Amino acid sequence: MTSTFLGMPTTAPRGVGHLRGDQSFPAAARRALADSQLRRNLGHATATIRAKSAAVIAEAPDWQQLRDAGAAIKADVMARLPELLEQLEAAVTAAGGTVHWAADAVEANRIVTELVAATGSDRVIKVKSMATQEIGLNEALEAAGITPVETDLAELIVQLGDDRPSHILVPAIHRNRAEIREIFLREMPGVDPALTDDPVALAAAARRYLRQTFLHTPVAVSGANFAVAETGTLVVVESEGNGRMCLTLPETLITVMGVEKVVPTWRDLEVFLQLLPRASTGERMNPYTSMWTGVSPGDGPQQVHLVLLDNGRSAVLADEVGRQALHCIRCSACLNVCPVYERTGGHAYGSVYPGPIGAVLSPQLTGVEENASLPYASSLCGACYDACPVKINIPELLVHLRAAHVTAQRRPTTESIAMAAAAYTMDHPALYAAAQRAARLTRLAGRRGRGLPPPLSGWTIGRDLPQPPPQTFREWWAER
Amino acid sequence: MRIALFVTCLADTLFPEAAKATVRLLERLGHQVVFPEEQTCCGQMHVNTGYPDDALRLVRRHVRTFAPYDVVVAPSGSCVGSVRHQHAMVARRAGDERLASLAEEVARHTYELSELLVDVLGVTDVGAYYPHRTTYHPTCHSLRMIRVGDRPLRLLREVRGLDLVELPQAEQCCGFGGTFAVKNADTSTAMLADKMRHVLATGADVCTAGDASCLMHIGGGLSRLRAGVRTVHLAEILASTEAS
Ligand code: SF4
Repeated sequence: MTSTFLGMPTTAPRGVGHLRGDQSFPAAARRALADSQLRRNLGHATATIRAKSAAVIAEAPDWQQLRDAGAAIKADVMARLPELLEQLEAAVTAAGGTVHWAADAVEANRIVTELVAATGSDRVIKVKSMATQEIGLNEALEAAGITPVETDLAELIVQLGDDRPSHILVPAIHRNRAEIREIFLREMPGVDPALTDDPVALAAAARRYLRQTFLHTPVAVSGANFAVAETGTLVVVESEGNGRMCLTLPETLITVMGVEKVVPTWRDLEVFLQLLPRASTGERMNPYTSMWTGVSPGDGPQQVHLVLLDNGRSAVLADEVGRQALHCIRCSACLNVCPVYERTGGHAYGSVYPGPIGAVLSPQLTGVEENASLPYASSLCGACYDACPVKINIPELLVHLRAAHVTAQRRPTTESIAMAAAAYTMDHPALYAAAQRAARLTRLAGRRGRGLPPPLSGWTIGRDLPQPPPQTFREWWAER
Repeated sequence: MRIALFVTCLADTLFPEAAKATVRLLERLGHQVVFPEEQTCCGQMHVNTGYPDDALRLVRRHVRTFAPYDVVVAPSGSCVGSVRHQHAMVARRAGDERLASLAEEVARHTYELSELLVDVLGVTDVGAYYPHRTTYHPTCHSLRMIRVGDRPLRLLREVRGLDLVELPQAEQCCGFGGTFAVKNADTSTAMLADKMRHVLATGADVCTAGDASCLMHIGGGLSRLRAGVRTVHLAEILASTEAS
């Protein structure tokens, strides 16, 4: 990457990875809303995480200052990203690692597949990572005859169930333990047929299966939560310890990381390692924090690779308002507080990034026209903005992207004509008063305020319309 | 005090009782209310639906209309939120820095009703009487955009005869969200269903809030269910007296 601007950066390519759904959000949501088991699982899970997180955040007297610090560090990173990435590359290389630059998902998949193939292994163990899901790495590896094994428990459930993740942190949040038991019985090699749905028994079954895999696989693929530019240190935070096994046991370690994950200095981690666990899992401290700096001779992986992934991020960075979305530390607090996510679940967003952050990140990575319904998948209630540990103003971004979508329409639409007409009318008080009278006279609503014509029929599916009053306020005022 | 009423297009057209109550209440407290008739709409619907350029003329009109007044009040947290957090942005987007700073000036003098009463006029007991079991829904924009905090509850606690019952999961959105209720009607309805379930669980006769829009949404759902609970704007409760 150079710091010279060479024209419009490109968005994430089509046909690879998981950033686009095959349905619009309202259509996908309609299906999800009808699934009462899903509604119950999600309602229970999000309420539990919310309460846990709120309790530990309330203990931190400097929470708001930490949020400000996190936001400031990220804003600084975005302002000098190319320079920091070059610094990171130099530091990783000096420590014995190899840095690869991937412009998009296709390049990243090719780089990783070639690196794995070079080791001769036909299997890799994987640390839970959003970036590798974004690019569809598992599919690319499988196409090359390499079996990827997810080692995060929830990710394993999703993989064995031939399912898609529906939450950033708890990918199987849409599953309850009875469903997990069924998946294990059906798909897990060597599983005990007497397995119960006791969480301890389920975890033990997964452990038995995974231990075998850890000990016999020489290559691991991970993502990274942070990368420190000044030292070249990569950081993975996780709760189970399975990640640490992958990061320490194999001979070769390949890390795929979005370019926005870099932080300038080691001290910056102080801020994020306080913010992340409290906002995400509701823990005071993260259980397993693994850090590595290149190769340590005789200890841990001896081949260490870092793949720096763009895949549309430079395009996001070019938008001064939109680039806030790159500040995200993937804590998923915004999902857990979102009233839309709580009811529709993650699959409705069609992308590996669901919930409020998905609604502003996916359309920017792909170009807004390829995810045009996502910026509208919010009531703008603002709960996400309050919850975000790095203070991303998600409502502002949503509205910004809606405007970008409207601007991208080349021809006038029914909506744009109506909006322009409404603005014109409201800019002429006499016309406005006439329109108020007309609205009152026309029994637009038909019977008892029910059954508006499309597109307004959405209102009357579940709600009556108010009876128009005999007098508007301004008529009353004029008579007073 | 001379107070300009920013009625909001929704209250003007569909919920004039909320606006009339605001006038009655402020006059009863000894203030002079004026109604600048050039006002129409703050443009929030345009901005939130992706039409900031169409909203520009409405921002210009709003700023021109209310710039002469020292104190402006609206019976809506959402429209005050638009004035405070969107108007200057719309102006800047159009490159009109002068309009942006005028808009910021108007925003500084614009208050939601409970803010005006508690912060500017310094009253929590407005002398109201309202003998009904009532629950309060805090509305997202009042709660999170302009942060009215517990001001409405402090006002309601002083209302004689009023039996205030706490709304479970009060801070969850009712699902209105302007055009969200139409574009994502199914999700909006699912959110509304939960809000109504909580309202009904309180056993209240009345659900109140500081925004006519959310009340229209919750009230429209309750009416469809024939639930027997009515929605009443905060201003109407505060304007009620033994005499009325
Ligand atoms: S946008 Fe904020 S709250 Fe949402 S996942 Fe990212 S960091 Fe967490």
